[in-house]
Amino acid sequence: MTPTPAPDVQTRSAEPTYQPGTSAGRGLVSAYMGISALVLALLMVFGLLMRASQAGIITIPPNRFYQILTAHGIGMVAISGLGGAGVMWYFLSRHVSLSRAILLANLVCFLAGVVLVLGSIFIGGFAAAWTFLFPLPAHSQGVWGVEATACYLVGVLLVGVGFLLLFLDTGRAILARYGNLGKALGWPQAFGGSTAEPPPPAVVASTVVTIINIPAIAIGAVILTISLVHAYSPGFAVNALLAKNLIFFFGHVFINSTIYMAVIGVYEILPTFTRRPWKSSRPFLLAWSATMLMVLAVYPHHLFMDFANPTWASVMGQILSYASSLPVLAVTAAATLANVHRSGMKWNVAAALLFVSVMGWSVGVVPAVLDGTIAINRVMHNTLWVPGHFHIYLLLGVVSMLFGFMYFLRSTTGASDGPLDKLGFWMFVAGGLAFASTFLAAGAVSVPRRWAVHMPQWTVYDLAGSAMALLVVIGAVVFVAKFLARARAVRT
Amino acid sequence: MEQRIAVLVSVVLGLTLVALFAMVARSAGEAGSAEEIAIATARWRRTIFWGLVLVFVPVIGYSLTKTPYSASGPQPAVVISATGHQWAWEISPTAIPVGQPVEIRVTTADVNHGFAVYDSLGHIVTQTQAMPGFTNVIHHTFATPGTYRVLCLEYCGLGHHTMASQLVVNATTGVSP
Repeated sequence: MTPTPAPDVQTRSAEPTYQPGTSAGRGLVSAYMGISALVLALLMVFGLLMRASQAGIITIPPNRFYQILTAHGIGMVAISGLGGAGVMWYFLSRHVSLSRAILLANLVCFLAGVVLVLGSIFIGGFAAAWTFLFPLPAHSQGVWGVEATACYLVGVLLVGVGFLLLFLDTGRAILARYGNLGKALGWPQAFGGSTAEPPPPAVVASTVVTIINIPAIAIGAVILTISLVHAYSPGFAVNALLAKNLIFFFGHVFINSTIYMAVIGVYEILPTFTRRPWKSSRPFLLAWSATMLMVLAVYPHHLFMDFANPTWASVMGQILSYASSLPVLAVTAAATLANVHRSGMKWNVAAALLFVSVMGWSVGVVPAVLDGTIAINRVMHNTLWVPGHFHIYLLLGVVSMLFGFMYFLRSTTGASDGPLDKLGFWMFVAGGLAFASTFLAAGAVSVPRRWAVHMPQWTVYDLAGSAMALLVVIGAVVFVAKFLARARAVRT
Repeated sequence: MEQRIAVLVSVVLGLTLVALFAMVARSAGEAGSAEEIAIATARWRRTIFWGLVLVFVPVIGYSLTKTPYSASGPQPAVVISATGHQWAWEISPTAIPVGQPVEIRVTTADVNHGFAVYDSLGHIVTQTQAMPGFTNVIHHTFATPGTYRVLCLEYCGLGHHTMASQLVVNATTGVSP
């Protein structure tokens, strides 16, 4: 019997579907990416400052440290969302009719929300971390006022409203083109034996993002509103366990969706180098549908140490933590490797960043799954092990995808890479891996996360982390400067 | 023990994945048959998928027997009450007999805190969350005498990193108030 080739890895004779510059709204997408680039660089500097302070290289007072921590956390979540939305919109608009007005409205809401959040933190002193765990925002012990709390919560709410508008529009456009969400997910091909051409990867991924983010943002809005009312009327309170469930459902789904949006760049751009188009194979369709269900149900793994949470929820969280690694490792990573292997491609920084991003996502899954084991979480929860694993799949995963997309946009204007770009790439990748490893190493010896002041025996990890973070920042600054300089040159 | 397992598995699998990606990156410039690669990929994908399933099922099954959620343990020699405040622990009693099961009842008077117990080497031996309106119960037997630090592991505001206390595990089995 002759094995059937995996249909997501096509022959070289097939022509890639990609045509540069055909997406509508390119200017707005460039604005999304330009803002993302600047904010990413700024937030990385914030991260470097925190590690340097923990190492004792510089002194940041605890109140300022926790403000920076809050800004770094909420900023990274939001900007990963904005950059990811830029990637998704760029490629999805090739297949469905999206609204540029909504894309602009999201950006306006985002910027308005960011102004409020930054004001709440650096003027009002708000420092309840990005997770704003109920009822901490209303219990500052006089460190920040109710106005600062309100500014933060309304700011995040505004950002959420913008994204909700965007995802309602992607949902509308997908429904208009495909008729129902099942067809857009390729269910007739995955489950019904249909031989019709399945929807392209960008549509499948965007449909999943749309389906998971609408309830996530709605639930986020609920807990933000409850926290806001509680800040002004402390007599109005909600069950703290319920509040935690709401926050982590919202947070977990949203941050995961940033990967799902940004990975569309891998599906669309990498094949232009390898000349092996990335098709929606049956395993691909099944993997995305499974991911969609699992990401909605896996969030209790954030609550393993909340013993009051139902045990069945924790058990489900552990099982799904393991299961959700299967689509990443067995489908996305395998297909990426197959797409590149002996393809005759020539590397540039865009292709290299996109390839590395899948490696970062895959490698980060390993310590994350281990942390998703209840027995291990008992000694790892809220240690630096946690930022260790999420910096691998967010910094080397999502951020590499975003920078890869920026380099792709840059290349479509005729720009080519120079030695500085290549140097930036190696600093970013090697520095990023080493930087995240210092977190993991510190977590393995139980160093807590979110501590402004570290004990002397912990600073060896902080010193190494600071040095590696500096490499990452320099690499990122190269990427950002090259992207913005090219955008400016093209405009003039 | 758990920390060592996590490090070992992460290092081995992480380096394997990095090596695999590096190897493929080096091969990218060569020309190859897409059909052959596609066939090999399909085979590898099935192998990876079922291989992971075969590993995951027993690992999940075994590890779920080690959860800290048992509602009742052996009759505790001591019941400890721990309450989190911004930014201090109120713990009573703080002396524990070695080798005897203890029950630690953890709650909070204000916001969420994390109640983590560190051994004399600075490693976490157990933890739970201190949650408003709830009491989480740890069942633990301290096998080694010494001073165990209690640190807050859930961010709780400006004094989060100052929120520390201690438990003393005595070599004798007596209980002090």
